[in-house]
Amino acid sequence: MAAPARAALAGAAVIELRFRKRLGALGLDVDVELPSQGISALFGRSGAGKTSLVNAVAGIISPDDGIIRVGDRVFFDRARGIDLPLEQRGIGYVFQDARLFPHLNVAGNLRYGLKRARGTQAVDWTGVIDVLGLAHLLDRRPHHLSGGERQRVALGRALLRQPALLLMDEPLASLDAPRKAEVLPYIERLAHEFELPVLYVSHSIDEVTRLARHLVIVSEGRTVASGELAHIMSLPEHSPLVGRYEAGSVIDCAVAQHDDHYGMTTLRFADGQIRVPRVDLAAGTPVRVRIRARDVALALTQPVDVSITNQLAGHVLSMTPREGPYVDVAVDLGSTSIRALITRESCDRLQLAIGMRVWAMVKSVALDSRSVGFARQARPKPDAAAG
Amino acid sequence: MLSALETEALLLSLKVGLASTALCLPFALVTAWLLARTRFPGRALFDGIVHAPLVLPPVVIGYLLLISLGTRAPLGAWLKQTFGLQLIFTTQGVVVAAAVMSFPLMVRAIRLSLEAVDRGLELAARTLGATRLDAFCSVTLPLMLPGILSGSMMAFAASLGEFGATITFASNIEGETRTLPLAIYTATQTPDGDAVALRLVGLSMALAIGAIATSEWLHRRAQHWLGRP
Repeated sequence: MAAPARAALAGAAVIELRFRKRLGALGLDVDVELPSQGISALFGRSGAGKTSLVNAVAGIISPDDGIIRVGDRVFFDRARGIDLPLEQRGIGYVFQDARLFPHLNVAGNLRYGLKRARGTQAVDWTGVIDVLGLAHLLDRRPHHLSGGERQRVALGRALLRQPALLLMDEPLASLDAPRKAEVLPYIERLAHEFELPVLYVSHSIDEVTRLARHLVIVSEGRTVASGELAHIMSLPEHSPLVGRYEAGSVIDCAVAQHDDHYGMTTLRFADGQIRVPRVDLAAGTPVRVRIRARDVALALTQPVDVSITNQLAGHVLSMTPREGPYVDVAVDLGSTSIRALITRESCDRLQLAIGMRVWAMVKSVALDSRSVGFARQARPKPDAAAG
Repeated sequence: MLSALETEALLLSLKVGLASTALCLPFALVTAWLLARTRFPGRALFDGIVHAPLVLPPVVIGYLLLISLGTRAPLGAWLKQTFGLQLIFTTQGVVVAAAVMSFPLMVRAIRLSLEAVDRGLELAARTLGATRLDAFCSVTLPLMLPGILSGSMMAFAASLGEFGATITFASNIEGETRTLPLAIYTATQTPDGDAVALRLVGLSMALAIGAIATSEWLHRRAQHWLGRP
């Protein structure tokens, strides 16, 4: 019975955000198109204007000029004089600080949006309770919940509002590491289970690579890059915005096999395999590995007498000088690429040139559990992601 | 235990206190909202007028009421003609005098509780599909409950003790406008009335302490209900 509503959502073309807004010293200048399904991350430093951007989408602030459109629903269009009040935009908003109503219990909070939702109810009560594990919390009051539980309830409340678009503003930022680890899998599941477009604001590249399919980089109020996450991450010019320490490549893999004796797991991807410390996932599970450029070394021939087992053959694609004595080398592995941050000195010693055959080496030790994300959602096919 | 005179004054005071609180509440809510949430020209003047009864001598308020609502004043005459409502020399007049005098106390408590409500919660309500009015009624108002309760109790207690404006505006008529404080005043003006006055004073103190204790208790219960320490 929920099928027609879902079909309508899936059929909605894209999310179009093109607007400007003057906010004190910050000028918001947004120009992106986002896919109508899956998680799109808005990534940038604190103060880059990410929250203002989602607030404009929500209708909390009104742009000076431009268009905000989700599928065929126009939220804002200065030229046509359209500016829908926020309660009519049909969005779900998960705030950093949960914002549960203290005078209502969990069930009352969950029902608040459900009661006010109009039209077809694609998201049903039991589905949300199951997916978010809320059954045992329904009678509790918000002040008797842990931080992680609060965010799960806030998530459920936003979903039950039957949103056409879900906005999440740093929903994990106020949680400690164990609570983050508790909530993250729920977020991973929801976009897939409820087939919703999600705008996810974060300044944590770990979260972003684990969750998002599409990445938008926001810097000083401007959307400076937008595209498929692995692609955007593979471009060296975005490194300064991602951060020199964190910049690197993202490779979509599947769990191939486990080696119980050594406690290792082999991940397979289009151009080879990567061995990482054991991850407890069934064979065939799609996962995503983020490999920091600084953790990758290069060799001209395949090294034999080294400890590093991950050796990937490829050709030098580009070399980008970095601030300080560094060079960011992109290596084409076939259908994917990997980046290595090496010193200019090494670069000259090896006499690297574009098109040269090299071996990229990654220490398994560098690929800890934070680097391997459990991408539950089915990976989009390469051609589908381009659109 | 209580004499007929004491019972009469006590019941009249309670009746006036309840009626005046009920009369104040809707106006106090609107006034508190205007002062806490809106900016309009003349807001400072409006704020001053609302709070005037706190600082003006009560007899001034009583006199102002008399010249504006008395039977010969246009407004008073209109009230009498249209609704058959006469305020001077009647219990209704006592209620009006007590309401005007206790109004600022109630506004202050409600306004403070409104200012303490997290606007973020109202925004959250609106993202969930609630209109402004819906969000106010379903989120803001319940969160203001501690302030509304304690403000109402304060106004009730203040109404019980109103003297100056009442005697000026509604006069001192036994069984009609003679509330506890007026009964005390009358007793002190009577030869050998000290014993009567003292008993009434005791009664007044018991009422006041009871009202304040109830107010505190309600406030704590409401705060606890909202999960506040």
